[in-house]
Amino acid sequence: MAQTMPNPLRHPQPIRPRKKAAPFPLNIWQSAVGRKWIMALTGIGLLGFVVAHMIGNLHVYEGPAKLHEYAEALRDLGGSIIPRTYLLWVLRFGLIAMFGLHIAAAYSTKEMSRKASHGANVVDGQKSYPGGQEYIASNYASRTMRWTGPIILLYLVFHLADLTWGWLPHTDYVRGDPYHNLSTSLGNLPVAIIYIVANVALAIHIFHGAWSMFQSLGINNPKYNSARRGIAAGLAGLILIGNLSFPILTQAGVIDDDSNPCAQFTDTEENAECFEEILATEGHSE
Amino acid sequence: MTMTDTSVRTTSPALDSKVPTGDIDTMWENHKFSMKLVNPSNKRKFTVIVVGTGLAGSSAAATLGELGYNVKAFTFHDSPRRAHSIAAQGGINGAKNYQNDGDSVYRLFYDTVKGGDYRSREANVYRLAEVSTNIIDQATAQGVPFAREYGGMLDNRSFGGAQVSRTFYARGQTGQQLLIGAYSALNRQIEAGSVEMYNRMEMLDVVVKDGETVGIITRDLLTGEVESHSAHAVVLATGGYGNVYYLSTNAMTCNVTAAWRAHRKGAFFANPCYTQIHPTCIPASDDHQSKLTLMSESLRNDGRIWVPKAFDDDRLAADIPEAERDYYLERKYPAFGNLVPRDVASRNAKTVVDEGRGVGPLKNGVFLDFEDAISRYGKEEIAARYGNLFDMYANITGEDPYNRPMRIYPATHYTMGGLWVDYQLMTTIPGTYAIGEANFSDHGANRLGASALMQGLADGYFVLPYTVGDYLADKLGDDVVPTSDPVFVEAENAIRDETAMWLSVKGTKSPEYYHRELGKIVQNEIGMARDKNGLEKALSEIPALEEEFKKNVRVMGDNTSMNVELEKVGRVADFFELATLKARDALEREESCGGHFRVESQTEEGEALRDDENFRHVSAWEWNGQDTSQTLHKEQLEFDYVALTQRSYK
Amino acid sequence: MNNEINLTLEVWRQDGPNESGRFETYDAKVSEDASFLEMLDLVNEGLIEDDRQPITFESDCREGICGTCSLMINGEAHGPNKGQATCQLHMRTFKNGDHITVEPFRATSFPIIKDLAVSRAALDSIQQSGGYISVGTGSAPDANLVPVPKEAAEMAFDAAACIGCGACVAACPNSAAQLFTAAKIQHLNLLPQGQPERWSRTENMVDTMEEFFGTCTNHGECHEACPKEISLDFIAFMNRDYVKAKIKNRTLSGQR
Repeated sequence: MAQTMPNPLRHPQPIRPRKKAAPFPLNIWQSAVGRKWIMALTGIGLLGFVVAHMIGNLHVYEGPAKLHEYAEALRDLGGSIIPRTYLLWVLRFGLIAMFGLHIAAAYSTKEMSRKASHGANVVDGQKSYPGGQEYIASNYASRTMRWTGPIILLYLVFHLADLTWGWLPHTDYVRGDPYHNLSTSLGNLPVAIIYIVANVALAIHIFHGAWSMFQSLGINNPKYNSARRGIAAGLAGLILIGNLSFPILTQAGVIDDDSNPCAQFTDTEENAECFEEILATEGHSE
Repeated sequence: MTMTDTSVRTTSPALDSKVPTGDIDTMWENHKFSMKLVNPSNKRKFTVIVVGTGLAGSSAAATLGELGYNVKAFTFHDSPRRAHSIAAQGGINGAKNYQNDGDSVYRLFYDTVKGGDYRSREANVYRLAEVSTNIIDQATAQGVPFAREYGGMLDNRSFGGAQVSRTFYARGQTGQQLLIGAYSALNRQIEAGSVEMYNRMEMLDVVVKDGETVGIITRDLLTGEVESHSAHAVVLATGGYGNVYYLSTNAMTCNVTAAWRAHRKGAFFANPCYTQIHPTCIPASDDHQSKLTLMSESLRNDGRIWVPKAFDDDRLAADIPEAERDYYLERKYPAFGNLVPRDVASRNAKTVVDEGRGVGPLKNGVFLDFEDAISRYGKEEIAARYGNLFDMYANITGEDPYNRPMRIYPATHYTMGGLWVDYQLMTTIPGTYAIGEANFSDHGANRLGASALMQGLADGYFVLPYTVGDYLADKLGDDVVPTSDPVFVEAENAIRDETAMWLSVKGTKSPEYYHRELGKIVQNEIGMARDKNGLEKALSEIPALEEEFKKNVRVMGDNTSMNVELEKVGRVADFFELATLKARDALEREESCGGHFRVESQTEEGEALRDDENFRHVSAWEWNGQDTSQTLHKEQLEFDYVALTQRSYK
Repeated sequence: MNNEINLTLEVWRQDGPNESGRFETYDAKVSEDASFLEMLDLVNEGLIEDDRQPITFESDCREGICGTCSLMINGEAHGPNKGQATCQLHMRTFKNGDHITVEPFRATSFPIIKDLAVSRAALDSIQQSGGYISVGTGSAPDANLVPVPKEAAEMAFDAAACIGCGACVAACPNSAAQLFTAAKIQHLNLLPQGQPERWSRTENMVDTMEEFFGTCTNHGECHEACPKEISLDFIAFMNRDYVKAKIKNRTLSGQR
């Protein structure tokens, strides 16, 4: 045979040579289809968190004291069986792990797609035809997942610095008084705009992510398939309405630190005592 | 010109059909037992080359690989799955008798011999019918999604005028699904390492040493490199030559080159004049049409065929009153009407178009009118029956067949002729086999619907893998001839010279142009009806055009990268030589049979008239070199089981 | 009828896999009844007449079943019409004076051979890694031994209708071959005959696919580009089968 080097046009060279299979369950992570499962599963977890967080925050409309009570209840999760804040930390670590896996899966699969595309006169991972490509089925949400994702991550850091760690100068942060922190933070117009933009990105992300999840997990039954888009849109819409209500209503003056009876106590313990008293009297009067 | 005198009743000594003796129903079984075997551990010592990976080639390569032979499979396509077997729509016959309607191996055998107008070899056809049932089993097990009934059992339909329902089908894509099945079997062997796949390689010569096949020469279509490949046996599964007509329902790249090069190396070419013309194709819309599209013949069940009574009638169909329409099939064949067999329908369409009563912008079609059917059954029922065909027609022509009649015209779509093979499917070159449409063996002068897929798979899965062993068994211990041997070197150089020659002509017209011009001659003179004058005219016109082609063809590009023009020019050159032989064969056969209609040989009613006395033979042509015409050899056909009758459709 | 239209074509020309490509502009005058590929044939004849290199493109059956033809036409794989391959696209889809961009299918694993012709051999590699049912010639039982529910047979057929043209990869912003691979896997996985190798087939084919192609982000462009309109549902089934394959205790897979 006169054959020398195999012609890559005839014998294609893998662009991502297969690695030795890792032991179960790590082998699931080795494949992109497996990672999409993990992305979908962590997506469900994170979606659950977003929904719970949004519902919890609605306590803000019950007034500063109830919001304080809710915050304390989170720390008291596990009742008297598990030491205070332990279960909350478990949940937090779980969330962090889910975020980590979700992002790692997203990044690595995106990287794979970039490699699969960049050899074809393509720039920057996003495949584009020099003559222009006409998109038909994909939508704004699906094509911007890799932008809405990082926006959400940046926002998350900002949000934690703002309302969990109290690092930012625009609020005089009082640990234990979320109403105060929230209303002063969102009362600042630029901050409110950041929240609005980020939550719109979050809703867009969820609009595609929640539908995509069904595909990635292979949840498919002709009887219910038509509902999948609706579920995704409904979830995204609810979360959008709930989360946008906070900055908008703060700017509108509905949420206002002037209505916070404990606003003058900037020390965490004094502030907490103030709320305990109010809650105790409220409890009696009922 | 005629050679119908003394040699008539004897078979040429050069043609030993090797048909075993004994009863036809046990013949294949006994033959399988009497053939020599290669022991399993010795099979890997033999290299077998399979050229072409359509139904026949893929199934043969896969099966030989499973058996343990060292197989090299070649295709000029980028993937085996592209072969034109894929385009077969209707179905595949199998004598399963699942419908309990009286089908049997014998009945399928009988129908095929009769349908072939008594010009096929009984023993081969019986074997084909016999293994047809295995094919259905094999394909089903491979996952071919045949149509099913609600109980989960396989569905059948009747096809091509058969009186039983024995056709298995997969929507309108039976060919594609069966090919995917054979391709998957081939893939399994490629993965297992028993088949080495060479895609984008065109076979350009068979190499023969001391009278036996020792390998092939290929040209790499990506780099232009010419390479030798040695083997103990070569199997040609390279399809038919319908594209000699230029416009046919064949794919663009279908060609005769592999078979023709084998012919030039000593393989006799049998019955080149037998071509099947399909009556219901969409007529060409202009001179630059590249191919024709076939529509299922089932359309004739409800459509009425007519042309205007007046010549050169330019009115729209709707403006032509009933009294001025000529429903010529219903008029001439009151019993069968629009449902006359393919060849009769085709010939009559040609007659009216030639008279100047054709319809459409180029006056090259006849109407197939559903107006009556729509008013009888309603548009919805017609849509349910033929919806996808109507859509296809509308897409291609831009006309709505629900509102105005379709225009149809016959087109070539299958060639019954091909390389002469014996009962073992071996050509007259020892060690070179031909299977599928590339050989001549099973369809006689006319192929029945749903039989092409059956024959390709029968040869590839169930016949060739046995018979190759019989030849190879004697070669145990013989190494393949190394590619450094002078026979290979010389053959390689000849191909290189040929390629360089085409590039150096630097004429003015493309290979496509000459192909189209050749096609016009072949279509006019060796088409649906042939006569002595026309054939003699073709025999002077074709060589003249060939002469011009060789002097004036312009092949652009180089020989170091993909060059479609260079691929094409060699194929067109082979078509020229084939066309000449086809005309000679048609001239020689002074009878009408199946797809071959000689105007001089017809009944009083204008039907094809066979001449069993003088032409009950296979015409096999022997190559005598470039400058000498081929020699005719005859294989006398015996009909011990099927009585010879004359068809009538009045 | 038989109206002629004038067009301006911007065609991607590239001399070889390692050369850089460019757009070249051609004028075409063609009958509305011609197919898109016949229009290119005509342009080529004109180029040859002018002693210029014809445009290399691939096609074969020209009736939408072999999957040889490709082409990105105005940014859409197989052109603007849904459920059609390029060879089925006719010029009456376009208007006189239209400007048409013609590019090859693009992906790293679809290297350009020349001009508009690309190598799609990676798709064959996926098939070779498991796209079959291991049944040797002659070992098949009677075809009616195993009944196949009509619905399952129809669904399997919907997947098997894939013609392997690679439009799904070309249209996918991620250059993913999920629709092709899923169609090939599910054609066999949906049939009773395909069950014994279901899990290994799914694993092998997906793993091979990922050697060459990108990842699915569920855009759905593939389905829109597919000349056989293969459903995205098969991708969902494939995803499910893949992780199941990892988890499944295969020693029990003979149970019903």
